[in-house]
Amino acid sequence: MSEPPHPGLRPDLPAGRGREFSVIGKPLPKVDAASRVTGQAVYADDILLPRTLHCRILRSPHPHARIRSIDTSAARRIPGVQAVITGADLPVKFGILPVTQDERALEHEKVRYVGDPIAAVAATDEEIAAAACDAIAVEYEVLEPVMSIDAALANPKDERIQDYGGPNNIHKLVALEFGDVENGFERADHVREDIFFFQGNTHLPMEQHSAIATYVDGKVTLWSSTQVVHYVHRALAKVLEMPMNRIRVIGAAHGGGFGGKTDPFAHEIIVAKLAMITGRPVKCTLTREEVFYAHRGRHPVLMWMRTGVTRDGRITAMHFKSALDGGAYGSYGVASTFYTGALQTVTYDIPAYRFEGCRVFTNKPPCGPKRGHGTPQPRFAIELHLEKIARELGLDPVEMKRRNFVKPMTRTVNWLRVTSCGLDECTERVMKGSGFREREHGPGRGMGFAISSYLSGAGTAIYWNDMPHSEVQIKVDRGGVTAYCGAMDIGQGSDSVLAAVVAEELGLQPKDIRLVTADTDATPIDLGSYSSRVTFMAGNAALEAARKMRALLVEAVEATGRRIDEVSFEEASMLAEARFGTLATAGSYTPPKIAGPYKGSGVGPSPAYSYSACVVDLDADPRTGLIHVNRIWIAHDVGRAINPLLVEGQVEGSVYMGLGEALMEEQTFRKGLHKWPSMLEYKSPTFLDMPDVETYLVETNDPEGPYGAKEAGQGPLLPVIPAVSAAVFDALGVWIDEVPITPEKIVEALRRKDKGEPARYGPQRFPDIPYPTTIKVEPPPKELDRAAAASI
Amino acid sequence: MLRLPRFKYLRPKTAREAARMAADLGPRAMFVAGGTDLFPKLKRRQFEIEALIGLDFLSRSVHHGEDETVLDAGMTLAAASSNANLRANYPGYTQAAGLVSSPPLRNAGTIGGNLCVDTRCNYYDMTYEWRKAAGFCIKKDGDICLVAPSSSRCWAVSSSDTAPVAIALGALVTLAGPDAERQLPVAALYRDDGIDYLAKQPSEVVTALRLPAASETRTAYVKLRRRGSIDFPIAGCAVAMRLEGSTVTSCRIVLSAVASHPLEAPEAAEFLIGRRIDGESVKTAAEIAARPAKPLDNADLNHFWRKRMVRMVVEQALLLANDQKRGPDG
Repeated sequence: MSEPPHPGLRPDLPAGRGREFSVIGKPLPKVDAASRVTGQAVYADDILLPRTLHCRILRSPHPHARIRSIDTSAARRIPGVQAVITGADLPVKFGILPVTQDERALEHEKVRYVGDPIAAVAATDEEIAAAACDAIAVEYEVLEPVMSIDAALANPKDERIQDYGGPNNIHKLVALEFGDVENGFERADHVREDIFFFQGNTHLPMEQHSAIATYVDGKVTLWSSTQVVHYVHRALAKVLEMPMNRIRVIGAAHGGGFGGKTDPFAHEIIVAKLAMITGRPVKCTLTREEVFYAHRGRHPVLMWMRTGVTRDGRITAMHFKSALDGGAYGSYGVASTFYTGALQTVTYDIPAYRFEGCRVFTNKPPCGPKRGHGTPQPRFAIELHLEKIARELGLDPVEMKRRNFVKPMTRTVNWLRVTSCGLDECTERVMKGSGFREREHGPGRGMGFAISSYLSGAGTAIYWNDMPHSEVQIKVDRGGVTAYCGAMDIGQGSDSVLAAVVAEELGLQPKDIRLVTADTDATPIDLGSYSSRVTFMAGNAALEAARKMRALLVEAVEATGRRIDEVSFEEASMLAEARFGTLATAGSYTPPKIAGPYKGSGVGPSPAYSYSACVVDLDADPRTGLIHVNRIWIAHDVGRAINPLLVEGQVEGSVYMGLGEALMEEQTFRKGLHKWPSMLEYKSPTFLDMPDVETYLVETNDPEGPYGAKEAGQGPLLPVIPAVSAAVFDALGVWIDEVPITPEKIVEALRRKDKGEPARYGPQRFPDIPYPTTIKVEPPPKELDRAAAASI
Repeated sequence: MLRLPRFKYLRPKTAREAARMAADLGPRAMFVAGGTDLFPKLKRRQFEIEALIGLDFLSRSVHHGEDETVLDAGMTLAAASSNANLRANYPGYTQAAGLVSSPPLRNAGTIGGNLCVDTRCNYYDMTYEWRKAAGFCIKKDGDICLVAPSSSRCWAVSSSDTAPVAIALGALVTLAGPDAERQLPVAALYRDDGIDYLAKQPSEVVTALRLPAASETRTAYVKLRRRGSIDFPIAGCAVAMRLEGSTVTSCRIVLSAVASHPLEAPEAAEFLIGRRIDGESVKTAAEIAARPAKPLDNADLNHFWRKRMVRMVVEQALLLANDQKRGPDG
């Protein structure tokens, strides 16, 4: 395919908002599309350096046990075994959050879930390593496992899972109140309470976690399938007790994360340590079963909520309680807990809001962030809860929700700053597209509606610091452009976004931009691909660096008495290089300091929020409870689509994942074990289960996003799940207040309905939880003051 | 990642040679045709063998005769399900073959292999490490059944989609042993035992499936599974039925995935003889057929729900068969 010559730099650049773009907004293929589909992209498991050793990890067969002894002598005698390590070799604890440094790469004192790593072997091939693991003798003192929220709240039969937190196996308790909730309920004409349960599920990335490390000239290099090269870098330095400047972490081509590769993992530390011991490259690729144990997936969350509304459906107060089943370790759990209560206010104007959260430890693989981190569960609850309130009041649920939508340029009662907000337009688009209001009410046929919102990047870093969250350097020499950024492309297309931004500013095409990304030696920092932050933050950093570079080019050309659009890019760059020497510019992005004045306010703030609305159309068979989803309409306020093709991909991928969670995915346990750690038995939808999806992109041109852009990778998952349940009610007249919505639950709810019992399936009670004294927070002034608006 | 164990791969040229190898090696060897079920199980160490005896010599054709149609056992499920002649004469069989797993596996898996497919249980179809953590079960390495610990037997579930239709049709298999060849009704190929689920000699090779002429027989197979593809059946029903006018003159109903063997429901079939297929007769027949079905908590979804669903698949299969246009009455 022949390409037209690029037009050179346009005099009207920087393009900025409202002007004509040459790259932004164009549905271009990903910059790495060809290598991905032809098998040329190099994933971590593809890397095979000379003399590579293979690592396997021995894992606990018990959900909860003390380790009495570990005998590795038989394993060491197996020919081909080069090294065997245990927890004594890596005693330093680590963890993603500074407040929960509770993991060891290998446990030598106590194991807390089936799959907890105990020992690791490096051998000349994987079979030998596996045989050696089987030959390691571990003596255990088996302890009573704690397998449910209720059990975790009770007095433990043996000992607690972790030695911090409490009482009993409680990890974290939160109680916050914004505004006068009591008064809000008094003002209400109608108050309703509901209880919901959202079962845990996992990310199921196509690529298993994989890492390979070398130790050369006193330096460790690690290639890994990770979303967070920087945090892995920090954890390696801590556990290996080495300065960060002797460790290099490189993100290999990525086969999917969805939040499941956002923690530093044991195997990453283990291969580095084994490389240091053996002096040879060491690789570890997890089995699919081990990926289920690495987990950090969706928390199972039990939720209770009470809402007061006026006669016309305006919310006067809301009280929300959550109990999260965290699994055995902290991971992101403290943040997850806050997230279950944070974003309710970002979609609905809630004048008084009380949130009580609790996370417990159980003897299961640790939960953490999965696409939507901590917010799909409360989103499921709040959307159905409001739907029920509307029906009780005889109001149209869509209309009642709409009356409560937040307005652009406001602050929520819990101090979250809302800038652009396309909720109304998103709702209108899916209403029209689906014909929701004119739908036919056939038996077994139903439609459901829900909305949601998500962050465009967390406003605070994981460890406290004042430095930028993303940095980009651009080098131009002899006409070539290279952009350097720590951002990790996990398939969402962050490399393509970087190339698009730089190309737009320099008057080039994305394919003209060379990229060096996710390499702690070669690139400036980016905090990682999590919290939907990369387009927003790395995009803004790239914009700044590119505009600085463009200014140099313009200055050099104008010094010759010509205009920038009169010379080619090559000539402009040579003039600039001659004039200024090495051409290098940098840009960075630091989110505004907008967190509220209270403890815990670091979770929730974001420089901008995306908004989504969704309608699901389905058939539900009253005899079998089987559901067939016919079609889904989804509108997403992305601010601006830098590349609409990629945004649509993210939206449809989110719909797919949300549908899987709504209908079938569940990480469940039996007798202390993961019930089915296999891709055949853990059900997620196939092509044949995926309906047509009608996607609408809504552009609200956010004042702070790069070219007005906001996130797209997580938010569109959120409304799908409650919309499915609402559609089931529309079809059959039963509420399924529990995810996943399986046929057996529908049949049971219908049976109860027939018997005259409440027509619902879901949890019956919320446990007594010793929440601490509520911290009362004065709400901020509601309208963003003009100065604040102007400053963004 | 999970690796295959080391094994010898033997390539006999004939079925008899293969059977002799199997007889010599005993439990140290297994046959492999498509391998779609076998290789994952080798990786999970559910099978531990020293040698695989390749069956790629098996032919893959269909032979249409007046009294019967013979399918060579090496025929892939994809080929069988798309064969126009088979689709016209044995729609229930081709439906079943087309519902096995997913397209890539149907392209490799054979019709002989599907008849012999191992029984399944979600305490058994797991990795060595998981089974070790759970405590090994009676079917492999252990001595109790983890689904029904008080029981002395294995309750793994027959999961072949094609066997129930073959039984309903009264089909035979050709078995080649080390010394002789014999024919056996498919119904006699299975035992009600999760471990020793096949009644043939371990050394015998299934070389052909013989479907009796069925120009007037209506056949149907209904499979229940969670997803539109990939999954094994969690309940299924095969029906082969003849009508005179609209009256049932002969009928066989066979269930899949509700016992350790394909479960025939003769009382339900008997009930239908002399009756018309209508809402009421179908409902009663389905109730009778479902009675002996005994789903346990060792497959996908809740087993109480699966038990209820057995009635539904029977009803659907009967109605589907009834709606077919067949022979002179059709």
